[in-house]
Amino acid sequence: MASMAVGCPSRFAFAWRPVLLRAVLLIAVAAALWVLWETFKWVGETTGFRLGVFEVNDRTLPHLHDIIGQLFEPSRRNGPLLIEVLWDAALFTAKEAAVGFAIGASVGFTLGVVLHHSRFLQRGLMPYIVASQTVPILAIAPMVVIWTGSRGLPSWFSVAIIAAFLTFFPVTINTLRGLDSADPRALELMRSYAANRWSILWRLKVPASLPYLFTAFKIAATASVVGAIIGELPSSIQDGLGGAILNFNQYYLSSPPSLWATNLIAALLGITFFLIVAGVEHLVVRRAPEHVA
Amino acid sequence: MTEAAAVSLRQVGRTFAAGNVVALEAIDLEIQPREFISLIGPSGCGKSTLLRIIGDLIQPSSGEVVVNGKTAHRARLDRDYGIVFQDAVLYDWRTVARNIALPLELAGWDRARREQRVGEMLQLVELTGFEKRHPWELSGGMQQRVSIARALSFSPALLLMDEPFGALDEMTRERLNAELLGIWAETGSTVVFVTHSIAEAVFLSTRVAVMSARPGRITQIVPIDLPQPRTQATREDPSFFELVTRVRAALHGGSGRDTDLSLAEAE
Repeated sequence: MASMAVGCPSRFAFAWRPVLLRAVLLIAVAAALWVLWETFKWVGETTGFRLGVFEVNDRTLPHLHDIIGQLFEPSRRNGPLLIEVLWDAALFTAKEAAVGFAIGASVGFTLGVVLHHSRFLQRGLMPYIVASQTVPILAIAPMVVIWTGSRGLPSWFSVAIIAAFLTFFPVTINTLRGLDSADPRALELMRSYAANRWSILWRLKVPASLPYLFTAFKIAATASVVGAIIGELPSSIQDGLGGAILNFNQYYLSSPPSLWATNLIAALLGITFFLIVAGVEHLVVRRAPEHVA
Repeated sequence: MTEAAAVSLRQVGRTFAAGNVVALEAIDLEIQPREFISLIGPSGCGKSTLLRIIGDLIQPSSGEVVVNGKTAHRARLDRDYGIVFQDAVLYDWRTVARNIALPLELAGWDRARREQRVGEMLQLVELTGFEKRHPWELSGGMQQRVSIARALSFSPALLLMDEPFGALDEMTRERLNAELLGIWAETGSTVVFVTHSIAEAVFLSTRVAVMSARPGRITQIVPIDLPQPRTQATREDPSFFELVTRVRAALHGGSGRDTDLSLAEAE
């Protein structure tokens, strides 16, 4: 390139320093949490200090190393290691959550686009869309299970539908907001080029809405995991993390670390979903550096 | 009606519904092909509104607008004009080359033709080598040059410019003024140029239309007969100062109507 007006580093030059800094920060926070956890446990156990009715002992608050250690113990006598069981369960739940996310995000985006183009529909439907989110999942889950079952769909699909139900809402709301975020003069520009609605949507409004969309996708990604886990409970599906949570809940008194370990894996699954969306955002959204944050 | 006129305005008025504000009143203006006409006036005189009426981005409340011998609406659909705003309004997610190619994509040009034309336009605005850059990697002046290249990419006969250099520093502004005149001479397009700056209007234009506010109207049209091509020396020519003084006098009540807002309101 002949001349570079600005000393901006190339986008593809990998900056190691911030990554390193982040890694150090991540480890430092994890270590601090560990210290906090163990200190609280130690203080509680030696002084009998309690938070309200929350009594600290190995049952209510196991050692962190016991929780992690539990992952590498057999899940039952002569059975596979707990981490193998939870890995399979996490994959199962991930499938439900991913399909749910895909359905929810597509439906949410499409709904947002339709409502953006019709104030009439927006006014008419919006109250019901909001109301849909106030319905408890436990109330609609049995209906979804029966509906999908009667159509010969696999039972995990009903869980995906429940996850989608939790996922579409933030996407719709942020699509609506994002499509309106295009610069008014950029819209005038499109009109001056005699661009039709379709071109204006795909060449201006959707690209302009991407930062909003990805904010929604991040919320939706973690919500889809939560939705899948919760959805497994009333659907009586045993193969996922929801089933594992239910199962280890029953054996909590004999082995508290198993439930904690399951929660840990569930959290890691949610974080993985979030990171995937954040990674895609990094690849897709091209913005001035100060806009990326 | 003159068939040959690039833009013809007849008794054009615009009233904004909110508060019955008369933004423009009885505007008559004929702009000939290859003319460079500036609209100058105080804030609120409706010069930007007038530009948008010519571009069919705002509808007039009354009167007739003819662009290239057609209705303004038809002219917009035929992509007869390019427009440049005060801010470059580039799409952050597109490279410089793809920003310039945007109107060509919309007009259905194939990729090979687009690439060739983008190359030519980059040369015209002296940005060759920057095609893969993103807008936020460029300075304000460079961004505005991309915006001009985009507006001219499909060779419109008419170029509408709404204070295109208003946000730039004086040095950049003068350099881009000179570049714009070069582009104007090269492309042979008609330019309608909205500005706040008297010196800029005089330096660039073949005619300056002086406007007053409340209601917005054209009070005087000052022909600028400075020789072409205009250079840095033009700015130091006594006749340049003379014309600047004339336009300034016209701005400050050339029609007996004072443009000072407090006085205008007292009427």
